[in-house]
Amino acid sequence: MRILKISAVLWLCAGLAAAQDFRVPENAVAGEDATISTSGGGKATFYLVGPGSARKADVALGEEIRIGGAELRTAGAYRVVMCAESCQSASFYVSAAKPFSLAFLVHPSRVPVSQENAVSGVALPFDRFRNLVLAPQNVTFLLSAKNTAPLSHSGRTQDGVAWFRTASSKAAGPVQLFASVEEISAKRALQQVASDPCNLRINGQRTAGGVIVQTDPVHDCAGNIVPDGTVITFTATDARGKDSVDAPVKQGVAKAKLEAAGPTIVSAASGVVMGNELRIEAQR
Amino acid sequence: MKIILPIILIVVTAGLMVIGLTSVGQTHGTVGIAAGRAFYGLTPKSTTPEQALNNFLADVQRRNWDEAFAGVSKSSGGDEQEFVQSWLGSYGSLRSFSNLEGFDSRPVHITDNDAQMRVRLHWSTPVGPAEDVRDFHLVKEGEVWKTVWPRQEVASVPAQVIPVTYLRWDLVTGSSSDEWGSRNMDAPHVRIISMNAVDTAEGAVVMGEVVNEDTIPAFVVVNAALVDGASRAIDEESSFDKIAHVLLPKQVSPYRIDFPNLTLKNVKNVRMDVKATLVPASADPVIGVMNQKLDTDPQGKMVLHGDLMNESGQTVNIPHVIASFYDNNGRVVWVSDGYVDRALLPQASEAFAVEIPRSVAANVHNFHVVVNQYSLNRS
Repeated sequence: MRILKISAVLWLCAGLAAAQDFRVPENAVAGEDATISTSGGGKATFYLVGPGSARKADVALGEEIRIGGAELRTAGAYRVVMCAESCQSASFYVSAAKPFSLAFLVHPSRVPVSQENAVSGVALPFDRFRNLVLAPQNVTFLLSAKNTAPLSHSGRTQDGVAWFRTASSKAAGPVQLFASVEEISAKRALQQVASDPCNLRINGQRTAGGVIVQTDPVHDCAGNIVPDGTVITFTATDARGKDSVDAPVKQGVAKAKLEAAGPTIVSAASGVVMGNELRIEAQR
Repeated sequence: MKIILPIILIVVTAGLMVIGLTSVGQTHGTVGIAAGRAFYGLTPKSTTPEQALNNFLADVQRRNWDEAFAGVSKSSGGDEQEFVQSWLGSYGSLRSFSNLEGFDSRPVHITDNDAQMRVRLHWSTPVGPAEDVRDFHLVKEGEVWKTVWPRQEVASVPAQVIPVTYLRWDLVTGSSSDEWGSRNMDAPHVRIISMNAVDTAEGAVVMGEVVNEDTIPAFVVVNAALVDGASRAIDEESSFDKIAHVLLPKQVSPYRIDFPNLTLKNVKNVRMDVKATLVPASADPVIGVMNQKLDTDPQGKMVLHGDLMNESGQTVNIPHVIASFYDNNGRVVWVSDGYVDRALLPQASEAFAVEIPRSVAANVHNFHVVVNQYSLNRS
């Protein structure tokens, strides 16, 4: 409310502003002290309105006005109004300080292997007052996975943002991602996971009252074992009807016991991927 | 005249009271009306099969177990405790949370000494009203008819230790850091792999199958909106319980979305929306669906029946079966579901049956069954 009132007075005064006889800082930096030099003599009322603060003070013309770093923590445009017999105004810009932290967004958190342009990362440098650093900064991205050479990518921030996009590698497993600006860095992790099963193959053996079927180790097309818990649907069809079991993969293999008698056809599927068919003469 | 009219009224009233107190509610063809006598000791004698069955079911409905068991033929197996348990349910099954709301019966055949009655039992359950059709066999013992209550076989499983080594997924919400991007966890990736919209006598139905393509479990809800020619939504509904909500990696579930009292006549488009969230889950218990077969039940309806086999060491309190039916081209033409009212004990099996509407029965070429499970010791 106070800021609103002062702003209203400022804009009113600015409208009446005559020739300027004070000088605002040209390269103000967030969190650092700044001075405004004035000329002339006598008393004046000084107003400062910024994106995060507002102040009104009585000042003596001809002396420097000190603005503490605490008042300039928020980067952005500030407006100064000086009122004596008439009011004069001027603006100056406070830039973000040097990078202090890095926001690093990585998408997705899980990605199937061998996918083009599947991984993206965005880095945004901030100063210690949480101002986005708009000045161009050199950002280095590093992707590191077990048993693969690290992948590095460098770029400069544009309007405070730097980004990269890359393909997922062929090997499943965790990937560490680093983004760094000068000595500041941020670390994220994503999981490269096996893709859909490939060449799903089953084998089976007869038991009393049915068959036990199990898959060969279930891999994706890049040779990665599919994660445990992946569901394989086994179906056995014989003259009596159909049996089906949704069995999860355990240590790379899914196994199920199905009831069957006589000639039986057993098949397997995982999601939309079909496996081979097995014809077994089950015990009657 | 002044005296005659009150006397007539008193006599008629008394007569109606006597009839009301001594007769059992006529439940023939009346759905959901409680039957039974008003006072103990005034039960009409079970001199006909209909009367005997009505007395028996009325006692069951009122949970007068001693009276009900007295109406059971001596040729039946089992004791009163087993009899009561068969009606009350056990192991936290759906039956243990259900009430018999009413029944209606009709004779199938009656001779001098035995009879077969077909009864439609109307249950109220936590998952909605349910109907159960059963054939009761009655025999004449002396002057009265009694109901034969066949002893229900309870699976006898030897004591054993079943190691459970299946995967389980837990969720960790992350550290207290509020830094941007430090807690990112993508929702599971699920996909609708088929969709079919049809008109039925009850309304429009949208159905199909959905797959969890991710490597983590997903809680899935499928929504559909019927859109008219002006791109306005006519109605929006969700799959509710006609879907297996928790899908393990690469698991496929049928879904069915009902739009009661709507037709597809004015529908230009169907907007599908699938929502998936990450949930803790376990790959256990594994339930096999055995002896699946399409058949015709005694009422002439086409049903898919089979047995659920609990291959784990954990009791499944309320098994729920969802079946998708395909035509020659592999298109989903119907999705049916049904709850099994008995608990599925470890290493034991329970029968199930789901109905297929007559209108699609002729087109059914293949089917796929998934089993939802609700266990009381899991949230």
